[in-house]
Amino acid sequence: MTLEACDLTITDRVEGVSSALQPSAITAICGPNGAGKSTLLSAMAGLLDADGGEVMLDGAPLAKMHPRERAKAVGYLPQSGEVAWDVSVANLVALGRLPHGDRGKFAVASAMAATAMSDFAARPVSTLSGGEKARALLARVLAGEPRWILADEPLAALDLAHQLSLLKVLRAQADAGVGVVLVVHDLALAMNHADRVIVLDQGCLKADSAPEEALSLQIIEDVWGIKARWLGEPNHRALVT
Amino acid sequence: MNRATLTFALLLLIAVPLSLVAGRVWVDPDVTPNAILILMELRLPRAVLAVVIGAGLGAAGAAMQGYLRNPLADPGLFGIAPGAALGAVIALYIGVASVWLLPLFALVGAGGAMALLALVAGRTANPANGIALFTLAGMMIASLAGALTSLAISLAPNAFAMSSIVTWLMGALTDRSWADVMLAAPLTLAGLVVLRLAGRDLDAMTLGEPAARSLGVLPGRLMALLVIGTGLTVGSGVAVAGIIGFVGLIVPHLVRPLTDKRPSSLIVPSALAGALLVLVADVVCRLLPLVTELRLGIALSLIGAPFFLMLLLRMRRAA
Repeated sequence: MTLEACDLTITDRVEGVSSALQPSAITAICGPNGAGKSTLLSAMAGLLDADGGEVMLDGAPLAKMHPRERAKAVGYLPQSGEVAWDVSVANLVALGRLPHGDRGKFAVASAMAATAMSDFAARPVSTLSGGEKARALLARVLAGEPRWILADEPLAALDLAHQLSLLKVLRAQADAGVGVVLVVHDLALAMNHADRVIVLDQGCLKADSAPEEALSLQIIEDVWGIKARWLGEPNHRALVT
Repeated sequence: MNRATLTFALLLLIAVPLSLVAGRVWVDPDVTPNAILILMELRLPRAVLAVVIGAGLGAAGAAMQGYLRNPLADPGLFGIAPGAALGAVIALYIGVASVWLLPLFALVGAGGAMALLALVAGRTANPANGIALFTLAGMMIASLAGALTSLAISLAPNAFAMSSIVTWLMGALTDRSWADVMLAAPLTLAGLVVLRLAGRDLDAMTLGEPAARSLGVLPGRLMALLVIGTGLTVGSGVAVAGIIGFVGLIVPHLVRPLTDKRPSSLIVPSALAGALLVLVADVVCRLLPLVTELRLGIALSLIGAPFFLMLLLRMRRAA
């Protein structure tokens, strides 16, 4: 099970990035604004055509796959959090079954259970708080039972408790074998919760390794241009400037 | 079948027979002379046509609102109805407006608008721009067709041609025959099937276009389904009845609260409710004690425009 960028280039956004994502792990994509994080994530999800190189899923080019087959394998959670119509949580989550063409009652129920949204099944989306809505949207992705979950800043705009509860759900997915890839702005979250960190700078791959290594003080200074220090012990780090 | 579908299907079953007896002449099959003739050759085709056109407009509106994720979208905004109207006006202008030629010209106009829309908005390099491009292209086609229609009116060779164009544009079901039904019904039915096929993709669009694509939706295919489905339903409606506005806007609005709000579960009940609205409005037009019959297109716009304003006011208050 592999999802791999091979010398991937998207003009003006991403330049020659090669990286093999890991299943059963949480990978964080970090970088300053405009570094190409979201572009890389969309391309890995098969939503952007590469201008050079390609994305390979299990050794076959993702771009050549049937969109529905691709959709079954790769779940994508956009940053926008848009829900245009005021549907119920159950119907929102069930949208994740579209690539399968079934109702997937069991998958929908277990996705809602995994995100602690079971009690909200009948609630209209407009009545949810920001944190609840984020969980419902994640449940939508889980309902499709993808082997890869690519999420664009799922933790932004959430308070600490909701960030941790969402990360717990994602960690459980990774433990079950799913490859989880997140765009993360908060370097401390990436440091403490990711198994691996990809650092992008102006479209180029700057680091792709364990968090302690990829988010070393030298790389933070090179890429973000700030002198900072990590406090605390591994898995409980805080970044101070 | 959901509750809204059932409700409107039942109402329609009641309304159709009632509409047959109502009119300037109230038909009582035992008393009225030529009752069967009036019913079969005048009232029934008119009722069937109202149902067909209303169903097409309602479904097209529901699908369009789902596609654009905007409750203010109306199929009339996207150039297809004005394109069809332009075709018909050209037929009237050059004086070839027979029972078959006028609708044919209108269908060619609708097809032209569809092709232009697909040409401009289809196959964009960046799919993220697809919907904005679609909306803008549609509105430009609508205003171009509108301008050409005005041009044809201003250049009309004689007062008779001018008045026949203007009257036709107002939309009506007066004196329509089975020939009109034969033309509009199959095309509208085909359009309804196409729109229904788009239902699941429209549901996915609820999450925005990137998420919809990640769920396997092909934006080009979806746009094609929408253009073809709207073109067939709205185009054939305009071809036989002229411009009938606002049905596509109001109906999905009224129906949406009765459904689970997924775009796919809105299409069929909107078709039924659209049929009901046009049928009832047409009967009201027939019954109003005016010297000449109130044109259906005018009547629906008279209801529609204030409704639209009310909607905007309510949205402003909610925001």
